[in-house]
Amino acid sequence: MSSQRYDTDVAIIGGGVTGCAIARELSRYDLNVCVLERTEDVCSGTSKANSAIIHAGYDAQAGSVMARMNVEGNRLMDRLAADLDIPFRRNGSLVLCFSEEDMPGLQALYVRGVTNGVPELRIISGDEARAMEPNLTDEVVAALYAPTGGIVCPFQMTIALAENAYENGAEFRFLTEVTEIRRYEEGYELTIRKRGERLNELNSDASAAVSVGPVPDAAGRGGRAAVGTGAAAEEMQTITARFVVNAAGVYADRFHNMVSRHMISITPRRGSYCLLDQEAGRHVDKTIFQLPGKYGKGVLVTPTIHGNLLLGPTAADTGDKEGTCTTAEELAEVTAKSARGVKDIPYRQVITSFAGLRAHEAGHEFILGEPEDAPGFFDAAGIESPGLSSAPAIGVYLAEMIARKAGARQKEHFVATRKGIPHVAAMHREARAALIAERPDYGTIVCRCENVSEGEIVDSIRRPLGARSLDGIKRRVRQGMGRCQAGFCTPRTMEILSRETGIPMEKICKNQPGSEMITGGT
Amino acid sequence: MQYHDIVIVGGGPAGLSAAVAARKAGISDILILERDNVLGGILNQCIHNGFGLHTFKEELTGPEYAARYIAQVKEEKIPYRLNTIVADITHDRRVTYINREEGLVTIQAGAVILAMGCRERPRGALNTPGYRPAGIYSAGTAQRLMNIEGYLVGKEAVILGSGDIGLIMARRMTLEGAKVKVVAEIMPYSGGLKRNIVQCLDDYGIPLKLSHTVVDIHGKDRLTGVTIAEVDENKNPIPGTEEYYSCDTLLLSVGLIPENELSKGAGISLNRVTSGPNVNDRLETEAEGIYACGNVLHVHDLVDFVSQEAALAGENAAEYVKRKTAQEEEKNATEDGTRKSAAPEGESAAAEARGDVKPAHEEPGRHKVPLIAADGVRYTVPQFLETDGMRDSVTVRFRVADVYKDRYISVYYDDQLISRKKKKVLAPGEMEQVVLTKKSLAEYPRTERITIRTEVE
Repeated sequence: MSSQRYDTDVAIIGGGVTGCAIARELSRYDLNVCVLERTEDVCSGTSKANSAIIHAGYDAQAGSVMARMNVEGNRLMDRLAADLDIPFRRNGSLVLCFSEEDMPGLQALYVRGVTNGVPELRIISGDEARAMEPNLTDEVVAALYAPTGGIVCPFQMTIALAENAYENGAEFRFLTEVTEIRRYEEGYELTIRKRGERLNELNSDASAAVSVGPVPDAAGRGGRAAVGTGAAAEEMQTITARFVVNAAGVYADRFHNMVSRHMISITPRRGSYCLLDQEAGRHVDKTIFQLPGKYGKGVLVTPTIHGNLLLGPTAADTGDKEGTCTTAEELAEVTAKSARGVKDIPYRQVITSFAGLRAHEAGHEFILGEPEDAPGFFDAAGIESPGLSSAPAIGVYLAEMIARKAGARQKEHFVATRKGIPHVAAMHREARAALIAERPDYGTIVCRCENVSEGEIVDSIRRPLGARSLDGIKRRVRQGMGRCQAGFCTPRTMEILSRETGIPMEKICKNQPGSEMITGGT
Repeated sequence: MQYHDIVIVGGGPAGLSAAVAARKAGISDILILERDNVLGGILNQCIHNGFGLHTFKEELTGPEYAARYIAQVKEEKIPYRLNTIVADITHDRRVTYINREEGLVTIQAGAVILAMGCRERPRGALNTPGYRPAGIYSAGTAQRLMNIEGYLVGKEAVILGSGDIGLIMARRMTLEGAKVKVVAEIMPYSGGLKRNIVQCLDDYGIPLKLSHTVVDIHGKDRLTGVTIAEVDENKNPIPGTEEYYSCDTLLLSVGLIPENELSKGAGISLNRVTSGPNVNDRLETEAEGIYACGNVLHVHDLVDFVSQEAALAGENAAEYVKRKTAQEEEKNATEDGTRKSAAPEGESAAAEARGDVKPAHEEPGRHKVPLIAADGVRYTVPQFLETDGMRDSVTVRFRVADVYKDRYISVYYDDQLISRKKKKVLAPGEMEQVVLTKKSLAEYPRTERITIRTEVE
């Protein structure tokens, strides 16, 4: 289907994991899809700062949309990870119970999990739990064990979904903020504010110029742009769409309330985390949750998919949708609470701390689908935890709903797979040597802590929807994610980004415009 | 597999000095592996002067100081590889490196000298609350951007930590036209050299606030300001003392950490205080034939001491290789008269060295006398002596735990006071040293431990 009456068939507001999952699923159909992202890259809001957990699905209320999406999303992960070449591991999770009087709560969680369809759940004794995880404290009296719980890299997951959507024809517009939505014929007209120009042309003179993977021809993609590419920063424009998907995270209420009289309210709920060095990454193997009990709600302790140890989050409602600051009190809370379930955490090995905002909806439920007074406008709102786990299922659910309404057909040549950037340091010696022989820049290590080569950084830039900021590179190849936190590799990475894209050094940003790294020459 | 007598990991001041000394001690087969595209290490970005007063009796800039050693390396035709990162070192001295020309290469080293230097502690390690905008740099990263790449990192700066790089950068940014508003130091004393406080802060009217730290970081995209507060004796911020400073740059100079990932990979345990390997008086780590020197061993204050220490490591590694080669030859001579040497490519060095090699039965025993740091002495390097093979004198370097006035530095062999030296001022920012002599130890042959402590009268 391709209507002449609209600039695009589907406009998706927000390039987080939810928006990208929906875009990827929609790209299975003969629909023009356009993702509108406010920042310079996908995975820049809630999706970038969370627990990086694929929840088993026992938490959400039985019968809720949240429960259904969580369990289904979890189930889809093996296939998705294989198709998109992203790291994912079912490390299993434990919910710790600290007192006999809280046991009914643990029982209830078990029952809820079984009702939700979570497989292989069982309640184990404190001793069994300690046998599994020797660093659990003696306070643990019992635990709910969910073998299907998993860990994933939320950056790679979101980026892979976006890249795959792009390769299947979805259009992505960055630095494009939606400011207004109005009814337009059967669909909607969106006012957008360009916040700057994202450089899409890569520097062909670059010494290490190589093409990685299939780069779809720009002329061949869908989404007849309503806007030229030469638009100046801050310019207001409009785009019309038959359907709109609201995947705007903490801003989802703003867009919903522009089209519907049934108002919703999203409260940013801040969660602070501490990330520990990979030396601490084996302190626990499973994701360790605490049963909310008489001591309040705990924090989790988990290995990350890349072998760090992650502690958090706290929960503090804030009025500020940009309020991703950590506070001393919350960081102290992370430390104090994590120690209750897991002993001897080497807190001295914290390499960074960060905070993310969950898009908390008053009813603590996912809002998926069309408000009754706004046909063609599809919410994916209130996507807080377990939003990452649910994203694959939300993508399928909403894409099917929209395709049905649009009368769209599945494409014949949908490519379900995508190949990630090789992490050369993790390869076997022969494979790595062969790769370096072919591409010598894989032999120049730029980030020593994470062993990231120049070749990987170049790939991260030159890929479809490649990185245009230091954070974008970091999220694709982990440059600067290690213990020195980019101390050594920042200057070199800036040079590579500048060389590959032609962005002058003065304009190299940490992330979106305004986050320039340097102020000029000496 | 390729073999080299001595492989030196790192071509900074320590690696260069170790290489030159090893060559002078008679080893020709040396290979320096350097990750950057030039030799000289961190000295290349230290364009200020003040280097080399001890070594060359003149004030040099960092690049000038490095150039003197690089010239010697080139004169001696010591091979080195640039843009080459060492991926792995094994306990038995197999070194794997990577570069774009050769890919992955594993070599067997007769001896290894660890000279990887140190890295800066990042913001994350401090767990400083607030936002995470652009404009927060460790001082050395900013130094590199300014002095090597030629970029100004900001226009209004606050510096957290009064380590030497932070102090140097306060002056450097001021000279480039930036406004450095304040240097905050959480400790009640500076971690840097006194001369740097005078020359880099006092001379430019930059305030140093001791017992202060950054408690909040503002700005979502680029830094817009920081909040600084006074801390109590437990380093906790004192409510009500907060002050806001607008700035676009926060430089961190909050400590240096020896880069020992490779050492750990080789199964070498690290000292909890120095974060460097424990070494004997020959600067040999617990892994036989693997030596350590410079900032990877412990963080130094002056490069001159790095060079001295590294030269010693180079000489000792050379001696080790020569001794091993001689042993091999002796063994081969007895076992098989027809074979000359088991070590490929090591023959010439072995022959050259034969004159001053100790017979195998005289190899020093591993009788260890631990060096104990006590009463205000934080650590010692080396951590133990092996008295049998000891040189005539051994320099023991250390730092103190606090600022002390009018204290003695005393050396005890067990409970026997051996020497004491009065110091008007002792500060953690300045490295101290004492010299132990073989002669004095010979007078106390049953010494079980050597203690170095500070004492009041």
